[in-house]
Amino acid sequence: MKSVSQHPVELLRFNTCGSVDDGKSTLIGRLLYDSKSIMEDQMEALERSADITGGGQVNLANLTDGLRAEREQGITIDVAYRYFATPKRKFIVADTPGHVQYTRNMVTGASTANLSIVLIDARNGVIEQTRRHSYISALLGIPHIVFAVNKMDLVDWSEERFREIRDEIEDFLPKLDTFSDVKFLPVSALDGGNVVDPSEYTPWYEGPTLMGHLESVHIASDWNLNAFRFPVQWVNRPNNPTDKTLHDFRGFSGQIAGGIVKVGQEVLVLPSGRKSFVKEIQTFDGNLDEAFSPQSVTLVLEDDLDISRGDMIVGTDSLPGHSADISARVCWMEQRPLQAGQKYFLKHGTQTVQAKVISLDSRINIQTYEPEPHPAELAMNDIGEVRLRTAKPLVFDAYTTNRLTGSIVLVEPSSNATAAAGMLRGPEKVYQPDYDDFMI
Amino acid sequence: MSSYHLDHLEYLETEAIHVLREVAAEFERPVVLFSGGKDSICILRLAEKAFRPSEIPMPFLNVETGHEFPELIEFRDRRAEELGAKLIVRTVDEAVEKGLATPTPGQTSRNQLQIPVLLGAIDEFQFDCCIGGARRDEEKARAKERFFSFRDSFGQWDPKNQRPEIWNLYNARLNPGENMRVFPLSNWTETDVWEYVQKENLEVPNIYFSHERECFFRGGQWLPVPPAHDGNGKPDPYEGARPTEKEEHRTMTCRVRTIADMISTGMIESPAETIDDIIAEVAAARVTERGTRADDKASEAAMEDRKKAGYF
Repeated sequence: MKSVSQHPVELLRFNTCGSVDDGKSTLIGRLLYDSKSIMEDQMEALERSADITGGGQVNLANLTDGLRAEREQGITIDVAYRYFATPKRKFIVADTPGHVQYTRNMVTGASTANLSIVLIDARNGVIEQTRRHSYISALLGIPHIVFAVNKMDLVDWSEERFREIRDEIEDFLPKLDTFSDVKFLPVSALDGGNVVDPSEYTPWYEGPTLMGHLESVHIASDWNLNAFRFPVQWVNRPNNPTDKTLHDFRGFSGQIAGGIVKVGQEVLVLPSGRKSFVKEIQTFDGNLDEAFSPQSVTLVLEDDLDISRGDMIVGTDSLPGHSADISARVCWMEQRPLQAGQKYFLKHGTQTVQAKVISLDSRINIQTYEPEPHPAELAMNDIGEVRLRTAKPLVFDAYTTNRLTGSIVLVEPSSNATAAAGMLRGPEKVYQPDYDDFMI
Repeated sequence: MSSYHLDHLEYLETEAIHVLREVAAEFERPVVLFSGGKDSICILRLAEKAFRPSEIPMPFLNVETGHEFPELIEFRDRRAEELGAKLIVRTVDEAVEKGLATPTPGQTSRNQLQIPVLLGAIDEFQFDCCIGGARRDEEKARAKERFFSFRDSFGQWDPKNQRPEIWNLYNARLNPGENMRVFPLSNWTETDVWEYVQKENLEVPNIYFSHERECFFRGGQWLPVPPAHDGNGKPDPYEGARPTEKEEHRTMTCRVRTIADMISTGMIESPAETIDDIIAEVAAARVTERGTRADDKASEAAMEDRKKAGYF
């Protein structure tokens, strides 16, 4: 057997969203099938269930709808992750359900995506879900978006219908204004047209197929490389009594959430405000001269400072915000609505603090994208602007600057349910190192 | 491409290290499920990367059905010792003796019986978090798993009521009696695992490589002929799992692609002698990895049903 050549492969994470029956699962099934990522035993299982329940018609959606209730009801309940590769790229797909009550799953799937595919049924055109999914993709800071107008075979591959839908979307896109690129594609997940292979029915369409676009879209790094941010995750103290060099070792382990760090660089530890220099950047594979986001490393500092989980080590050039009063855009995910005065656990980076809801400033109308001021509450799947006060100040950035240091989740204290995903607004003022020269 | 860029294996590695450190920081008594299989071998290397120069701050646990490949047990014990870790082994046999597990008459496979044994060990040691090597690409019920998968006080998974998992902010909060299953390899594929084994130069049990073995054909698979019963007065543990006269039976040049125990692991014919060979074989494979697992073939929802009951 011949040895296979190994070379670094780029990874693209995308999510698919659309309304019920827009054909999301079928589209993913099609991408897997046409990229030959479906195996014979999976195909046999599909054919078996087609003979039993599908009247002989193979249903590609059954590839992703793995739960019994999903197959029974013909719907997707939960985010399903799928993996496939072409010679050009590796892909992680989050298939997110379209029912209105499952918007929280879309936020889940979209939070780690580079690219979002919004499916539209060519017969139904733009519906509330389309606007909601576009909004959430923008809200979560996904750089690339694809509007896949599906079921084109059912409108006779009409160029006019495709343009109508595209025009309607282009009307509201400027209000979102965050995508670095936008693509419109006429496809049929069922017959495969323009998914992997070009459709013979769309001579009027000159763009790439969906797969062609996924393989070639330029993924400008999602990772912020500008300002060094290192949330301390775990204090590494071997406390080894027999090995002298390890007995006094004290390192700070974590994943770099932003920027680049170099040996010898001056750093600031927040919230204590103490300064030191980076002595070593350790990894299991040896020490590094520099490291960057999102690498996981262990930092050793020149000075023996009191640092624990939840602290943030940052570069001295571009300082983060530092405040107990924060403002965030939240997507509410719990049955019990969000109201002013309620208390939650707030997780931000590697720290969890108590937080109180001070006020609800607005609720976003998903139809118009306009904020409705001072709502009484946010119900499940609502998105709104809230003010929070934390028991301990947070060291943070705006979500639009850094997806990792600008994001929070709220946890309901009695049930421990994850109640909200929040995107922080930029700090009103950054950290002020007022007496730094007197510190170590 | 800039030099400040991670390739796919480096990305998967940093994601998994982050998950392992979250476990160490957020839980009081976590444990690593270590079977000696390829996925848990990767977990141990990732744990070294996450915690060195400290010791890996959690013990290892393995649940034995009693039908294990001896090569796997030897490897498991040796690897745990090399890493200086505490290895806890709990067996189906012990659980049956203690009345924790009840075998179904006529059922030779003990796959189902691992569930009460695992839950028993969680209770015995008060583990609040079990780290497993399960991957979402293995099976479609697993495709719906979270990195941090919440289990109620009965050890059950409720797929319709999972916590949303956003960015890398894992909600690790539990009430007493509840526990978490954590899967750092959630986003890895079979190919990624082998590429990582190669990149890290990791030792794997020799049954992953081509060897000669007596096999017999049952239920569409080539199953290994179990070791001879030594007649020590006890009943044959492999009763019902030995070839009958009617079943085809031959010496094969074969290897395992995924390992359960001897009763549930189909052998694949393969000349693969090196990791390179295996990677090429996986790339060319036309059946899924778990296509050789008898335990998954029970029904379309076999995995979902076992997971709801408390399986890995």
